[in-house]
Amino acid sequence: MSLPTSETMIEARGVEKWYPNGFHALRGADLTVRRGEVVVIMGPSGSGKSTFIRTFNALEDFQKGTITVDGIALSNDLRNIDAIRREVGMVFQQFNLFPHLSVIDNLTLAPVLVRRRPKAEVAEQARALLERVGIAEQADKFPGQLSGGQQQRVAIARALCMEPRILLFDEPTSALDPEMVREVLEVMQNLAADDITMVVVTHEVKFARHVAHRVVLMADGEVVEQAPPETFFTNPAHQRTRRFLDQIL
Amino acid sequence: MQSLIRRLRSELFATPADAVISIALFTILAAAAAGFLHWALRQAEWAVVQVNSTLFAVGRYPIEQQWRLWLLTTLLAAATGATWGMLRAHPRRDRSGQLWPRNDRLAVAVLIAASLWVPFALGLTPAIQLRWWLLTALLVAARWLAGRFGAGLPPALKRLLPIVWPVLYLVGMVLIGGGIGLARVAPAEWGGLLLTLLASSFAILLCLPIGVLLALGRRSDLPLLRWGSVLYIEFIRGAPLITLLFLGQNILGFLLPGGLAPDRVWRAAWVLTFFAAAYLAEAVRSGLAAVPRGQLEAARSLGLSSAQALRLVVLPQALRVALPAMVGQFISLLQDTTLLSLIGLLDLLGVARSVMANPAFLGKNAEVYLTLAILFWCCCAALGLGSRALERRLDPHAVPSRV
Ligand SMILES: Nc1ncnc2c1ncn2[C@@H]1O[C@H](COP(=O)(O)OP(=O)(O)O)[C@@H](O)[C@H]1O
Ligand SMILES: [Mg+2]
Repeated sequence: MSLPTSETMIEARGVEKWYPNGFHALRGADLTVRRGEVVVIMGPSGSGKSTFIRTFNALEDFQKGTITVDGIALSNDLRNIDAIRREVGMVFQQFNLFPHLSVIDNLTLAPVLVRRRPKAEVAEQARALLERVGIAEQADKFPGQLSGGQQQRVAIARALCMEPRILLFDEPTSALDPEMVREVLEVMQNLAADDITMVVVTHEVKFARHVAHRVVLMADGEVVEQAPPETFFTNPAHQRTRRFLDQIL
Repeated sequence: MQSLIRRLRSELFATPADAVISIALFTILAAAAAGFLHWALRQAEWAVVQVNSTLFAVGRYPIEQQWRLWLLTTLLAAATGATWGMLRAHPRRDRSGQLWPRNDRLAVAVLIAASLWVPFALGLTPAIQLRWWLLTALLVAARWLAGRFGAGLPPALKRLLPIVWPVLYLVGMVLIGGGIGLARVAPAEWGGLLLTLLASSFAILLCLPIGVLLALGRRSDLPLLRWGSVLYIEFIRGAPLITLLFLGQNILGFLLPGGLAPDRVWRAAWVLTFFAAAYLAEAVRSGLAAVPRGQLEAARSLGLSSAQALRLVVLPQALRVALPAMVGQFISLLQDTTLLSLIGLLDLLGVARSVMANPAFLGKNAEVYLTLAILFWCCCAALGLGSRALERRLDPHAVPSRV
């Protein structure tokens, strides 16, 4: 496993968010992620994990605090948002593949359109990526014809095809049947060995233990605890973390 | 045969009560069919349709210019056959082998049978009968050629093919209306099926983009755009088409400057377009609502702009969902063109009314109306079949049965 550098990739300070209905979802969340680091975020359902990582690529706005991604400050400036989205890939719980496009077109759409790269070159890279996530032979099928695990691996390949510097995962295995969880986690583990920066919301303790550099506990819209996996799982500093671990272990 | 009998028994004669109801219904249906056939074959006098067949087809379009319509029909037959064949030659990308349409051999057989029989039954002159047969032969030949060799065409050429249809539409407009060296035939002289198809295809083509814009406007974040769209949609949907048609005849002349809608026919076509757009917007809106939020989020997280996400991710899926409702709108639009006869235009119904007003054909209303009904039914059936085939082809979940 490659070690993170000291360079900061994501810096979130005192982030507060209210949903339009008035719900206070983030209450001063702080997090710093370094280049090449794999950070796992855990926490009870409704604690604001999704909301928090979705602010990193501006899928959610926020009202207070600052977020800097790869040196670019997230503001309401649309050009900043576009620049950040190009560098940050996201993998969703529900895969969100484009059902009307074949697998290969799912991968090539954005690089051709956004990065303006030649289609043939992108298609070649896309096939290599599909090979890497172990589904090269499905390239010409449509997403609806694949199993959940295969779809999620396509989604990972689709994000990678944009060559992002940061990958966000929002519970990538929660919608999968148990026997498919492993194939997706294996792909993610291989990714972690490269020096891509990963922020992963997941309940997979084994993944957190073996792959993460740091595990973070969120509760009630705040980051409560962050520690290396051994410390986090065996000797957490906070009562809140202990209670959470009692529930899931 | 035995299974058929078993099925009949289980579905129609399961209990004594079922049997009584079935037999009663059969008797009523058989009596009605016998009565109808007796009328259609013995009593009805189809001369009214035979004598006026040209009038029904094109209204008062000048006879010496009708070669232009024949030419247009020839182009249409060739283009239809070629398109059909190309679709046959290109099964879906995923190689599930979905063809278009599924029963296309049957469709060709029906087409050939109809084109052999109808011109004959109408008592057309042999020369014109022959023309219809040649047109059918052309269509079938184009279908066969494109199906046989279409897959081998160079990709650059294939990309050009879809443009054939809009080009053909413009060519058709010129052929029908004149200009560019052709003698002008004023819209007032267009009539019959020609006018009906022209007005409805014009409205169908133009109401689509307008309807999509209205649907997007209704979901927009800009209050002014949203309210404007809602106001427009609700106003149009709250008014009967006939009042709008009369209104259009009176005010469009003032609203559109510089002779954009100088003519009664064009005014009516524009009113139909704007009317249909409001209904279409509602169909598209339901399609947009059916696309999960995650689709837009995934597209945006990949760096697509909102316009790109809309055009390439959201709209294709929304339109696919909205397709059946949209085609339903198109079918009622086609039928609504009969209202043109009430503002004095000679569409199919207008022609029919003028024919029935002729003392020579007094009391032949049933024959005329039945002919009209069959013509409309054919057009609507074609629209419906085409749309269902398109739906199947676009269905992302149409997975072949795994053997
Ligand atoms: N669009 C929304 N409007 C209002 N409240 C929301 C919305 N989305 C999420 N929430 C609320 O915000 C809280 C945090 O949600 P989320 O970030 O999805 O939690 P997690 O991912 O940790 O389960 C939850 O209580 C949820 O009900
Ligand atoms: Mg969540």
